[in-house]
Amino acid sequence: MSDILAAAGLTKAFGGLPVTRNVSLAVRAGEIHALIGPNGAGKSSLIGQLAGTLTPDAGRVTLDGAEVTHLPPHLRARRGLARTFQVSALIGGLSALENVALAVQARAPRPLAPFRRAAGDAALEQPALAALAAVGLAERAAAPAEVLAHGERRALEIACALALQPRCVLLDEPLAGMGHAEGRAIVGLLGGLKGRFAMLLVEHDMEAVFALADRVSVLVEGRLIATGPPEAVRADPAVRAAYLGEAG
Amino acid sequence: MTRLAAALAAALLLAAPLAAWAAGNAYLLALGTRAAVFALAAVSLQFVVGFAGLVSLGHAAFLGIGAYALLMLGGAGLDETLVSLPVAVLAGALFAWPTGWVALRTRGVTFLMITLAFGQMAYFVAEALADYGGDDGMPLDRAPPLAGTALLAQPVAFHLFVLLLLAAAIAAARLLGASRFGRVLRAARQDAGRVAALGFDVTRVRLIAYVAAGAAGALAGWLLAVTTGFVSPALLDWRVAGQLLVMVILGGVAAPEGAAAGAVGLVLAEEALSAASEHGRIALGALLLGAALLRLRLRAPAR
Repeated sequence: MSDILAAAGLTKAFGGLPVTRNVSLAVRAGEIHALIGPNGAGKSSLIGQLAGTLTPDAGRVTLDGAEVTHLPPHLRARRGLARTFQVSALIGGLSALENVALAVQARAPRPLAPFRRAAGDAALEQPALAALAAVGLAERAAAPAEVLAHGERRALEIACALALQPRCVLLDEPLAGMGHAEGRAIVGLLGGLKGRFAMLLVEHDMEAVFALADRVSVLVEGRLIATGPPEAVRADPAVRAAYLGEAG
Repeated sequence: MTRLAAALAAALLLAAPLAAWAAGNAYLLALGTRAAVFALAAVSLQFVVGFAGLVSLGHAAFLGIGAYALLMLGGAGLDETLVSLPVAVLAGALFAWPTGWVALRTRGVTFLMITLAFGQMAYFVAEALADYGGDDGMPLDRAPPLAGTALLAQPVAFHLFVLLLLAAAIAAARLLGASRFGRVLRAARQDAGRVAALGFDVTRVRLIAYVAAGAAGALAGWLLAVTTGFVSPALLDWRVAGQLLVMVILGGVAAPEGAAAGAVGLVLAEEALSAASEHGRIALGALLLGAALLRLRLRAPAR
């Protein structure tokens, strides 16, 4: 299986504080690769370097084999890297449908057409509706993003990512702040999308990680201490000592 | 609210020639024309402040560039509207491009300060133009001909010319705001990181908006020069930029017609209050405060 997104020797420090230490990680085509680690392990910094909001001090990031280490986020997005945010980032004032339509627009011909009315544009809204239907939000299409329930907002973010027709999606704690039932709904949703694109899933919810992931990487103090199939990682003594043991 | 204010402002501007004729007071028409020109300037600034969410304190530079373009072309005998107007607009865009490119590396207060700095630079350049009156400025030789005719020297015709351009600017701003481009611009105002993550080049989108606003600002400057018949560095004063900002905020930021109404309201209120008393400007401060408080109360969720 080929690597869609790969990091090689990523290193990053803020001031004197190293947050990423020589991390090499690959997300293969079609897999769900989970990234776990205790709070402060450097998961968000690593996601930032993969998405392009942070520049590593050393190391490389490749997307589909091409180096993207110094590309800004929007150019990585155009090459097929989508992401969802830890703090749900939807555009208020726009409906659920319009939020997804904005994502469709990013992939449409003439995405910045200056005199083409955006609202009601079927070329944007039909694919957007399809993406909403895929996450079970079709009936909420007209609802303003800010009135959606927490779980619905997360599903909407996933619909936006879906509409980008990505090669790989970075999911930054998609279950954060969610109740158990809501969380299981998102797990079911992500499971159903498995295979359509590769996913790097950053998540604290171990039940979700072990239900979804093909492989798991464990980040502790900026360093990857294990990568492998869930069962092997779960059994790894170093991981148990550093992370799972602590978590109980 | 915005709609009502815009309708009222439009009625006032349209009625200005009639009022001047009925009262036998040509000054009323000149005042109306001036209000309409500032309305156009406010519409151009609203595009940056309201749609893009970038508060600029350097917009007076564009007024000055448009005005000086006409003065300089007039000196060379090229003040024909069909030449000098497009050149003025182009000059505004050409100034906006590099200065916007630099200013857009920053956000918030820093953006405000950098636009102010560029505005001040333009001000001092204008002051140094000894051939064009230095810090005293210089009168225009004549109203610029339009296709060889002296039509714009006729106050009512010029007033209608300004209203036509104002209406076109509002229509264009509304169209742009509702377009795909406008949706990206407004979404980036809320969350630039998210919009970039979708694959949009946020800086580029903002720069296009800034350049368009600069071009329209220069158009207003060209008209302002014709309105007053005089061009001086005072047009580029940062207080003019601040005044434009007040007009936009007074009109409610969200819609171009609101900014136009804010401009008309401010120009007329200033005039009425300073005519009523020499301390009238104190009342203007209270009026602005009241309007701001009213705005806070009326504020509906941004749509």
